[in-house]
Amino acid sequence: MAERQITLEVLRYRPESDSEPKFQTYEVPCPDDWVVLDALNYVKDHLDRSLSYRWSCHMAVCGSCGMVINDNPMLSCKAFLRDLPDHIRVEPLNNFPIERDLVVSLDDFMEKLTSVKPYLIPREPAAEVDGTYRQSPTQLKKFKPFSMCINCMACYSVCPQYGLNEGFAGPAALALAHRYNADSRDQGRSAREDVVASNTGIWECTFVGACSEVCPKNIDPAAAIQQTKIASTVDYFTAWLRPKNDKENQVKGEDA
Amino acid sequence: MSNRPYIRPLPTSWWLKEGRYVRYMLREATCLFVGLHALVLMIGILRLSQGREAFESFLAGLWSPAGQLLSAVILLMAVVHSVTWFNLTPKAMPLWVGDTKVPGWMIVGAHYAGWLAVSVLTLYLAGGL
Repeated sequence: MAERQITLEVLRYRPESDSEPKFQTYEVPCPDDWVVLDALNYVKDHLDRSLSYRWSCHMAVCGSCGMVINDNPMLSCKAFLRDLPDHIRVEPLNNFPIERDLVVSLDDFMEKLTSVKPYLIPREPAAEVDGTYRQSPTQLKKFKPFSMCINCMACYSVCPQYGLNEGFAGPAALALAHRYNADSRDQGRSAREDVVASNTGIWECTFVGACSEVCPKNIDPAAAIQQTKIASTVDYFTAWLRPKNDKENQVKGEDA
Repeated sequence: MSNRPYIRPLPTSWWLKEGRYVRYMLREATCLFVGLHALVLMIGILRLSQGREAFESFLAGLWSPAGQLLSAVILLMAVVHSVTWFNLTPKAMPLWVGDTKVPGWMIVGAHYAGWLAVSVLTLYLAGGL
């Protein structure tokens, strides 16, 4: 198989010795069918065992190997060398603290993800005798595109709003909230509203749209956020039209 | 998190780094020109309330070379504003007919059709047609 020489420029940061990250260059002989992750593995196996990066499945499913490759956040296992020039610059995801080399801290992301209650919240939990929750193919279609997230954080890396305001819940978490809100088996929208409809939720998004452009799973978080904005606005205005008792009942229900 | 995580600062020039951010900032900046047009209209109403002479001097200002240049720039920015936002509408308002999603071009097309209808109606009411 044809081979070519790639120059891999990797941003290194070793917290025990470096005051700031700096680039280190490696020359890597690469077969045509390699992806950037293969080149990194070559460096780790043959050139420099101290290089740190995350990866697991090597098939665009686990979401571990998200990194910035030639200024674009992508999965390194899905970034084919044949689509890239001979000089490739690899950096950790933007907008996250760097732990070491290409490894970033996941703490803030995990907190944001759990804050939107990303699980089914039915009004009445079904008893075992009722069997499974039923859902038609049409109902499934409404949320399925938003359920494909693999938590690679590429969308956060490219979101200037998250970069400027780390309080922002961010694209993946809000898209996931929308995924559950749009699920016919779920009635947990009001339970998610505190986070989702807050100033650090959907209203912090200014529809830059970069999240949707870089998502390796074509999820379109920007669309999810705009749709949630509309639903939240409709909620706000229809709340004034609802009978008073209904509003009180709803508040009681939320407290419970 | 480790003891010494490194946080890379985001420079104020972040939006100049990539074409998509520049396009976004341009889209956002167009609203200033739409606002400017609203301001010009409000000044027009104010001058109208001050009498015929005041309103005619306002109109003369609008028809001056500087006034025409300003109108042309505002029109261009208003078109960019409308086109960029219209093109984003399928994301914000997906429509379903039964179990089929209405294609994005139909939603965008409906917005352009509405724009055309309102423009024609405005021209008709203003006596231009």
